[in-house]
Formats: sequence, C-alpha cells, structure tokens
Amino acid sequence: MSVSFTAAARLVAEREVKVLVRTKGFWIGFAVVVVGLFAFTVLPNAFGGGATPVAVVGSQAADAFGSSEDFDVRQVDDVAAAEELVRTEEVEAAIVPDTTGESATGVRVVALVEPPGEVVSALATAPPVDLLEPAEVHPQERFAVILVFALVFMMFGMGGAAIAQSTVTEKQTRIVEILVSAVPVRAMLAGKIAGHTLLTIAQVVVLALVTPIALRLGGESELLAVVAPALGWFVPFLVLGFVLLASMWAVAGSMVSRQEDLGSSMGLVMMLVMGPYFAVMFFSDNAAVMGVLSYVPFSAPVAMPVRLFAGQAQAWEALLSLGVLACSVAVILLLAARLYEGSLMRTGGKVALSKAWARQD
Amino acid sequence: MLTLTAISRSFGDHRVLHDVTFDVRPGRMTGFLGANGSGKTTTMRIVLGVLAPHGGEVAWNGRPLTAGTRPSFGYMPEERGLYPKMAVADQLSWLGRLHGLDRPTARANTERLLDRLDLAERAGDQLEALSLGNQQRVQIAAALVHDPEVLVLDEPFSGLDPIAVEVVLGVLRERAAAGVPVLFSSHQLALVEQLCDDVVIISGGRVTASGTREELRERYGAKRHELVVSSDAGWVRDLPGVRVVELDGPRAVFELDAGGDDQAVLRAALERGAVRAFSPVVPTLDEIFKEAM
Repeated sequence: MSVSFTAAARLVAEREVKVLVRTKGFWIGFAVVVVGLFAFTVLPNAFGGGATPVAVVGSQAADAFGSSEDFDVRQVDDVAAAEELVRTEEVEAAIVPDTTGESATGVRVVALVEPPGEVVSALATAPPVDLLEPAEVHPQERFAVILVFALVFMMFGMGGAAIAQSTVTEKQTRIVEILVSAVPVRAMLAGKIAGHTLLTIAQVVVLALVTPIALRLGGESELLAVVAPALGWFVPFLVLGFVLLASMWAVAGSMVSRQEDLGSSMGLVMMLVMGPYFAVMFFSDNAAVMGVLSYVPFSAPVAMPVRLFAGQAQAWEALLSLGVLACSVAVILLLAARLYEGSLMRTGGKVALSKAWARQD
Repeated sequence: MLTLTAISRSFGDHRVLHDVTFDVRPGRMTGFLGANGSGKTTTMRIVLGVLAPHGGEVAWNGRPLTAGTRPSFGYMPEERGLYPKMAVADQLSWLGRLHGLDRPTARANTERLLDRLDLAERAGDQLEALSLGNQQRVQIAAALVHDPEVLVLDEPFSGLDPIAVEVVLGVLRERAAAGVPVLFSSHQLALVEQLCDDVVIISGGRVTASGTREELRERYGAKRHELVVSSDAGWVRDLPGVRVVELDGPRAVFELDAGGDDQAVLRAALERGAVRAFSPVVPTLDEIFKEAM
C-alpha cells in the first residue's frame, strides 16, 4: 500500500499549503502588498493631484491661466478679498494686477509663507523644449516601477524562508523519522517546493490582475500600457526564480536541527535574495551592468523585466534569459535534492555542506 | 516474520552494532531490552530504513525490505514528534494517507483510534495544546493509523501514566492478536515482563540473549533455588557444590555448581528439621537482563 512518488509529493504539498494559508502572517503579508500597491498608484493623485485653488483679481490675471485644468480659479473683486482667501488658506495663492510696474507679465502672486512653485511656473513663459529621445515614461515613474518589481521579487523570495522553517520543524520534532520511513526524501523536497511555488503563483497572479486595476484607478493608463508587457514577463521569471530560491531555502532548513540555528544557515540564501534587489536598485541606470544582471539567474527575475520595461531588451533576450534561468533551476534542484537527502537525517549541530554532499551516513 | 540478519553499523570509527540477528514473529510481542547506548534505537531505525545498515539485511517474510514494503510498517520513534501546530485528527489522517490509505479510510481509522485512546474530544485541537501524556497517545495513534503489518515502537510506554499504559497495552495486544509482529523497546522491565512473549537482549551492540520469555527464564534461572527451613539456614554454606547467594535467617537462596544435585540439598535440610519451602527461583527479567549484559 505504498504511495507513489507523485502522490507523496502531492500530499506533502497539500499539507504545506494548508498550514501556510492558515497562518495569519501569510494573509497579513499578502494584504500589505496589495494595499501597498494601491497606495503607491492611487495616493499620489489623491493628495498631490486635483486642481490647485487660486484666487484672481482682474481679467488679465485670469487670462494668464487660460483654461488650464490644473487650477481651480476663483474670481474675486479686489486685492484685499484675495489676500483674505490666502490667509484663511482657502486658496493656494492669489494673482493680482501689478501696480508697481515691476512685473513683466503685469501680475503679482500673493502667497502665505513660501513662493507657490506650481502657480509661478504656470505664469512663466517657458521656452519650448524639443526632446531628441523622449522617454516613454517619466523617470520617476520608471524608478517606481523598478522599485515595485524588485520589492515584490524580494518579498516572495523571502517568503520562501517558510520552506526552511517547515523543514527544520520536521527535523526538530523528529516527525522526519516517520516521514522518511514512509516516503522518499526527494518526494518530501518536491512536495515542499511545489506547495510553496503554487502559493506564490497564486499570489503573483492576483497581484498581476490587481496591478492594472490599481494603475487605472490611479489614472495611470499610459503607464499601464508600458508596464503591461513587462508585467507579463515578470510572472514566469518570478515563478522560476522562486523555485530556484525555494530549493535553496529547503537545503538551508535541512542543514540545522533547531529553529534557533536557522539563522546560521539562511545567511547565504538571504544574500541571494537581497543582492539582486540592491544591485538592480543601484545599477538601474547602468545599461551594461543591467545587461549582465538580466542573465544572472538570481537577478534575472528582476533585471530582465526592468530592461524590457525600459525598452532596453528584445523579446528574444527575455526568452534566452528565461532559458538560462530554467536550466539553472534544473541544476540547482538536482544539487539541492542531494544535499537535502544528505543532511535531513543528521542531527546535532549545523551540517557541513561537504558532509551533506558526501552522504556518508 | 521480520528477520534481522547480521546487521552491523558504525558511526565514524565507533561500531555500535555487531552482527545483530533476531526474529520478530507474527502475532507476538517482542520486547527489545538493553541499557542506554546499547544499540536499540539504531537497530530500530535500521529496520525502518531511516538509517542504512553497513552490513547485514532486514527481511520481511523472507524478502529483503525495500522502500516499497516499508510503508506497511508502523513506527514510533524514540524522540517523539509530530507537527505541533496541526490539529490532531488532521495530522493522523494525513499520516494515514501518506502511508497509502485513501482519504475516507484514513478518516475512519483516525476516528476509531482517537476513540479507542480516549482522545475523541481533542480531535480538533492543535497537538501542542495537549498534555505530554496525551501527545504520547497521539504518537501511538500515528504509528497505528494505517493498520500496519509490522509495529516497531521505541519506548512506547515512557511518559505514560498507569491508566494510559493499560489503554496502550490493550491496543498493542489487539494488534498482536490480529497477527501483527510487534517489536518494542523499554526500560521498564516489569512492564515488559508481563507484556512480551519474546525477549531480545542487546548489550554493547551485540545480541546477548533472545528467545521466548520462558526459554530465557529456564536458561538463566534453573540453577538457582530458594530454601526456607524452620531454624537458621546457615549450614547450607558448608554443603559441597553449593554457593549461597542470599542468606537471611531461615531463608537461603543458593546456586548449584555444574552437576550439583538440588535433591541432595533438600535431603540435607529434611535431616535437620522441617522444610517450609523449597523451589527453583524463577528469575525476573531484571535478573536475566543483568546477567545477560
């Protein structure tokens, strides 16, 4: 009545998923990401956006604004009334006729404590600008998108630590002896990785569906058009990248026997998760470095979608990088399986990688 | 029948098992006795495939044990452990399925066992919320949930109160009566004495005695006799071929040298006066254990 490898892996995966979705931390973490995503896209408009209220006196001042939608123009009768509105902070600034002759435009701006930059620049006559290589997206928006990609990948990468936790729990409680006597060690590893990967895919899909909604709500439809293809690429990259990290988390968990010792074995994996995050953040303007990063398996899940988003990479490059990533996943999985088998049944201190590899039991 | 043949095992340069050979027969409770560090747990882990032997073979019904036949084993490891944050019933039925049961059977077995072990009302509780004694019962349920063909239990009674011991004993006896070979280790020799049919004694990684409980008693105990007379029994010391083990007024426990005649001692006693009691001493397992070490 022995169970097959796949049946055993499925049972292990089922348990991992059930246990994880029952923890509050899982839902809180995911909720924070979704809320953060909305806050990131919607809030700037809610606060910074909207028309700026200004008071104007006289027709000349009113004409200076033309029909700009950025300002909510209130016509008042005299300067005193305009100043009163400024004082009560009902308007950001008042534009009144210049009587001293100092102003070339014939108007003066009255504000409360500091010069209102937005109003002043609207009144200024700026020379026309011709961009030779206009960016599709605003540099700030570009940076924001890079930040979100990197953050999301780091978050899911760190989430893989749950695999290490669950492995060390099994070792610490010694239930691992019962499990090993019933199913192959590799089936346990496969089940753990599969379970956590499925959960990650589910979360990524939800995020990928929610992001366009958030962008549309935030009035960032043009940005959405640019982000959407990169978002589409981000999903497979993120999933493969997660499997890569998941197998390493599992090995990190199998190398120690107690929760307290987990920190010592998780360091390397943590660096592999954080490293790409910082690398991409620092070098996002350096095309050469980004080019390299987009092929290195650990940073590719962030760097390649970012390059696609910035229009620096072609689809074939993404496919190539995805292929490199898939191959490294296969290799790392094989290595991880051997290390996991070699260290799972060793108790006591931290298992040296060389001993786990040798499997001399 | 579960057969261990010449199992050996080392950890580093330290050899912990030397040619361990014994059988665990179907329908019988086999007690596995040994001091701390004598190799009991290592032997059991090898039977379960948790450890690989460095020599020898474990066979089940004449065939070498494989990963394919092992799931039909029920195992209770020495160091207890299940998932602390998983509900008791969920945990048991999951383990049942992991051992090859379908979901409804696993559920039904779980329910039946929890009922039998007086844990029915704790079915929905997380394991860590239970007292240690109750966790121990769940651990036993975990070894039994998949109706195993062989039971290997490492110290199943440690940490149980006397009532729980009775309950668990009852469950194990049922399984043995149904034809399941049961191998269990214990330090509680008195308990093993009333429970087991066969005994295997291991010392320093070597099996020093094995057989049925009666066989062992005969082998280790036939030489010793108890004599109670009406006056002081000190004279027994002077009989040729007799070694007094214990002397307490009218009571003497003695051993005979090889070829010694117990009836000669009895006659000598009758010549001196009344004999209140004369019998071979049936050794306790404790005594056999100490002698076989």
